Amino acid sequence: MAGEINYAELKKGGFMKQKQKGFGSLRLKVIGGNLTAENIRVISEVAEKYGRGYVHMTSRQGVEIPFINVEQLAEVKEALLKGGVETGVCGPRVRTVTACQGSEICPSGCIDTYTLAKELDERYFGRELPHKFKFGVTGCMNNCLKAEENDVGIKGGMEITYNEEPCFSCGVCVKVCRTGALSMEDGKVVLDASKCNHCGRCVKSCPADAWVGTPGYIVSFGGTFGNFIYQGEELLPIIGDKETLFRVTDAAIEYFEENAKPSERFRKTLERLGIDGLKEKVRKAYEGGEE
Amino acid sequence: MAAEVIEFDEQVDITDVVCPITFVKAKVAIDELEDGQVIAVRMNDGEPVQNVPRSIKEEGHQILKLADNEDGTYTLYVRKVEEA
Ligand code: SF4
Ligand code: SF4
Ligand code: SF4
Repeated sequence: MAGEINYAELKKGGFMKQKQKGFGSLRLKVIGGNLTAENIRVISEVAEKYGRGYVHMTSRQGVEIPFINVEQLAEVKEALLKGGVETGVCGPRVRTVTACQGSEICPSGCIDTYTLAKELDERYFGRELPHKFKFGVTGCMNNCLKAEENDVGIKGGMEITYNEEPCFSCGVCVKVCRTGALSMEDGKVVLDASKCNHCGRCVKSCPADAWVGTPGYIVSFGGTFGNFIYQGEELLPIIGDKETLFRVTDAAIEYFEENAKPSERFRKTLERLGIDGLKEKVRKAYEGGEE
Repeated sequence: MAAEVIEFDEQVDITDVVCPITFVKAKVAIDELEDGQVIAVRMNDGEPVQNVPRSIKEEGHQILKLADNEDGTYTLYVRKVEEA
């Protein structure tokens, strides 16, 4: 292919072919939606010098610089790298891990989403698979980051326990629970665990700290939100620790790798084979993983 | 639940505003209290009653009771806690 541009190779580096000949939109690597001031500065300089002076924000917290001349691509990448900015990926591999601000910033947050997004990124980013694969991390049931639209979505929640002693029957938790899991009987709160969705609102609002919450991860599998729309499914109980979480995410990716046809999205694989195979695999991983 | 009576020093009605002004209005009223005074905050069912108690807790004030007025509104009794 002498003299021709290998777009498949280019795409790995996040260079999206543009309508305008010889130009592409360069996708940058953003983890969990955060960029430092230095990152932004260099992106701004590059957009001015090599692009058309603007950037485009993607729906998955990515940033693209349109109108990069393909001949200047290497130079542009080098300039970006000086400001700590790497290029993103496209094509059949693990994509940008998205995240909301999570418990470090947001009062509603149950889990530290940004740290988890970085860890997932280190573990999986760019890994070659039969098709693209998306992770999204959202800090709580408010779901600002739309966990279920990802191939694997992770949502923060809480496992809760009630201590009678500090409870002074103020009634706040019964009212804030949106699933009707709580009721007041003789001045004590009664939990119907089957209705609890682990949102943690009772914990966050109890003035006496009578509710104790342990943060956990609620994982959904096989979501997609493109040509074809499907809400990822929860196949496991809430997960209390990261080792288990990573065993489960490893298992999901492995399952996809082993079972998907080339160019088949996770959801399509699950539709073709049924959900039970994946269910069994992640269940094993959840229960201890030792095979 | 027995309808116990809670004594209060001031009251504020936030049923005429929507989130996030509900909390702002309550906060302004609490700010005007002396340390230890109790305020009755009347709020609407739905979002206000789900969010305002928690926001007040996060500000460090002491929540005493949430009473159902049985007219689609609730009254939250709050004791002001001056920041240490
Ligand atoms: S999902 Fe929850 S933690 Fe994340 S930004 Fe939204 S409200 Fe905050
Ligand atoms: S965690 Fe959420 S759903 Fe469960 S009892 Fe508490 S408020 Fe209700
Ligand atoms: S919010 Fe806390 S103190 Fe009030 S009724 Fe519920 S558990 Fe008891």
